Amino acid sequence: MTALVLLEVENGEVRQASRSALTAAARFGDVDAIVFGEGASAAAALPGVKRVLSVPGLATDLAEPAADLLASIAKDYSHIVASASASGKNILPRLAGLLDVQPIPDVVEIKDAETFVRPIYAGNALATVRSSDAIKILTVRGSSFDPAPKDGGSAPVETLDAPASEKSVFVKVELSASDRPELEAARVVISGGKGMKDAANFKLLEPIADKLNAAIGASRAAVDSGFAPNEMQVGQTGKIVAPELYIAVGLSGAIQHLAGMKDSRVIVAINTDPEAPIFRVADYGIVGDLFEILPALEKAL
Amino acid sequence: MKILVPVKRVVDYNVKVRVAADGSGVETQGLKMSLNPFDEIAVEEAIRLREKGVATEVVVVTIGVQAAQDILRTSMAMGADRAILVKTDDTLEPRAVANALKAIVEREQPGLVCMGKQAIDDDMNATGQILAAKLGWPQGTFASAVTVADGRIEVAREIDGGTEIVSLALPAVVTADLRLNEPRYASLPNIMKARKKPLEMLEAADLGVDLASRLTIVSVAEPAERKEGIKLGSAAELVEKLKTEAKVI
Repeated sequence: MTALVLLEVENGEVRQASRSALTAAARFGDVDAIVFGEGASAAAALPGVKRVLSVPGLATDLAEPAADLLASIAKDYSHIVASASASGKNILPRLAGLLDVQPIPDVVEIKDAETFVRPIYAGNALATVRSSDAIKILTVRGSSFDPAPKDGGSAPVETLDAPASEKSVFVKVELSASDRPELEAARVVISGGKGMKDAANFKLLEPIADKLNAAIGASRAAVDSGFAPNEMQVGQTGKIVAPELYIAVGLSGAIQHLAGMKDSRVIVAINTDPEAPIFRVADYGIVGDLFEILPALEKAL
Repeated sequence: MKILVPVKRVVDYNVKVRVAADGSGVETQGLKMSLNPFDEIAVEEAIRLREKGVATEVVVVTIGVQAAQDILRTSMAMGADRAILVKTDDTLEPRAVANALKAIVEREQPGLVCMGKQAIDDDMNATGQILAAKLGWPQGTFASAVTVADGRIEVAREIDGGTEIVSLALPAVVTADLRLNEPRYASLPNIMKARKKPLEMLEAADLGVDLASRLTIVSVAEPAERKEGIKLGSAAELVEKLKTEAKVI
């Protein structure tokens, strides 16, 4: 059996979540990798990749041409895998539609070549499902599979032509500039909620994030209130993170937020409300005013 | 232009479900059911496009049990013009739902399908993309803003690093993310009016499409519970614990 893994390359490096997808794909046998846009060399350096299919003509992750191309080569593979990123969730279900396959999103555990575990109901239940499709199409959670190393391999690269896309045209992308680690890849995440009160107060998280080399996240309520941009949202429908340390500041711990962070190794909660559900999953909690605790925490670190 | 809005009846987002004792699924009996929150946002967006004069009619459709009429009435109370219930007692997978929706699209000929990006029960985030693929239409997933002009729709999409904008030729499928809009509450007079709006009922089996499942549920289990930890008195104490006990910093 050979699996195909879709790798996302950013700033010349394969994203950590994609390297986790490679680890998952390697469970099925040999692995070919496909890269849209530049970055084939970074993919070729990953140990465990047998062959890299490079599509430099598809610089954006438009789902329509990407899915068309994947469909044209799908018959060579038993499994097609991507990380459960915005890109993976855009392209792979469309590919599944083209191939009349039922995709298996957000896989957290591989039981065997056709049996997978995935969370449902915001992670309040784990379903084990067996697929009868000839080609399995799955996205996997980066937090559930160790990322493959960045180098040590030297796979050959084949270049493929990009299919045309007339119905769908890329206009532009606005990426938020940040020197911080990616949310899904960070060892430490500090997130703010509605208790931060406004966008300016989110800056209080920065000195602590600097000291811990942490990524900054936000609850849905904080994003909805305009305190933080959408790409910072942690939760059922935002980013799923499982860092070594997760610090939840001024957020209550709604079901949909817990779905995005409750697999973190150590959870810290800071909240004025002792009854806040976040304390029920926290290893360490401080009941109190975050505006007093955050400066004290910065000083103590 | 007609807009078709597929909607789903799900366990209300405030309700925490329990896994059935025999591990066959989750207990949904007697739980409060609601219009899937992302679908509610899609309904709202479709109504706004009609209010702007971009669309002329908003049709909501659900594939589900007889009782799913309630979410169709809710959608019509918000302002949708009419509704279609495609009846089935089976739990359908996104692929099967997309097959049923494709049949409805072929019958209704909408210029746009606008739907939630994800149902909060199975958390699949797949039906819109599968439907778009099967129709050969372009897709604008995880939309946070849409603009319709000159036979195209421009969609701002929430992606991992920020926001991406794509321009799609209509007809297209758009899936709504959280920030697309804030849905309105239905007023009492509109709830009354919605009772008189047309609601057509079809049998899913009569559509003549493949509704089979490709996934077998082997088991459903509770996730590992986290133990409640300890409360600390100060930030200094916290740092001490993180260093010496948790050894995480």
